[in-house]
Amino acid sequence: MDSIDKRLLNIIQDDFPLCEQPFKALGEMLGITGEEAVRRTKALAEAGIIRKISPSFDSKKLGYVSTLAAAKVPAEKLEETVEVINSYPEVTHNYGRDFDYNLWFTIICESGERLESIIEEIKAKTGISDIHSLPAERTFKIKVGFEF
Amino acid sequence: MTDKQIAIIKAIQEGIPICEKPFAEAARVAGVSTEQIIEQIRLWREDGTIRRFGAIIRHQRAGFRANAMAVWDVPESHIEKFAEIAASYREISHCYQRPRFNGFPYNIYTMIHGRKKEDCESIAREISEKTGILSFRMLYTTAEFKKTSPLYFLHTEQEEGGR
Repeated sequence: MDSIDKRLLNIIQDDFPLCEQPFKALGEMLGITGEEAVRRTKALAEAGIIRKISPSFDSKKLGYVSTLAAAKVPAEKLEETVEVINSYPEVTHNYGRDFDYNLWFTIICESGERLESIIEEIKAKTGISDIHSLPAERTFKIKVGFEF
Repeated sequence: MTDKQIAIIKAIQEGIPICEKPFAEAARVAGVSTEQIIEQIRLWREDGTIRRFGAIIRHQRAGFRANAMAVWDVPESHIEKFAEIAASYREISHCYQRPRFNGFPYNIYTMIHGRKKEDCESIAREISEKTGILSFRMLYTTAEFKKTSPLYFLHTEQEEGGR
């Protein structure tokens, strides 16, 4: 990754040009051709650094509800619990953490009822009852950006 | 949401192609014109329906390997000020207030990303010093069992011809 790649990454995380030929516009910012901007971006995607170029929607504005859930899972039940939780497409993130509440996952779905029923189902299927749903009461920041 | 808007969301949410005219490609999939799709994305950017449009980074792969969820016990009267300071760090991607629960007195959640664990620690220490909030915990990611983007309107069918 050279300095042009780094600048490219810093720009396209936040300011991907919204125009017919965005890579041409990007190339102009970087002093390279549009073709080279495409080639470099493709290479960064192939290297796995760029996952995709896409919108990040405000799920609430699309009518969706979400929560973060914290579960206390005994080590011997972790694997099967993870499997049950991950089976729901509405579960988008599921992380192990070094704490007694050792499994933290996010749910995003079309209604509050669906959200409740997913948690109830997870409890019933896994036998894990110590799960807390912690929906955001206020959002102060969502801005994922990495400085290269 | 109109059928056309839903078609646009479906066409772009999993990513636009990396090519000379990516929006022309996405527009073709959505059954709208290139101008229409770009205009709609711009409108959504302006009204906040789209928070940002750009490259999503696999930060582990990019060298940001330490990820901590720092949780803080912040009194109600200090929350605004605390959040303002925490949010000013580029290394903090998310900052939320969430309910406390029994045995867990923490109500503010901050996601900290660093190249190594010490980076996360020093940011948390700095925030603690600046804000005077001493009651906090760092919960480090030990395993990433699932990490996907939400996909919207998967089960919403557009009417034929409505696209």
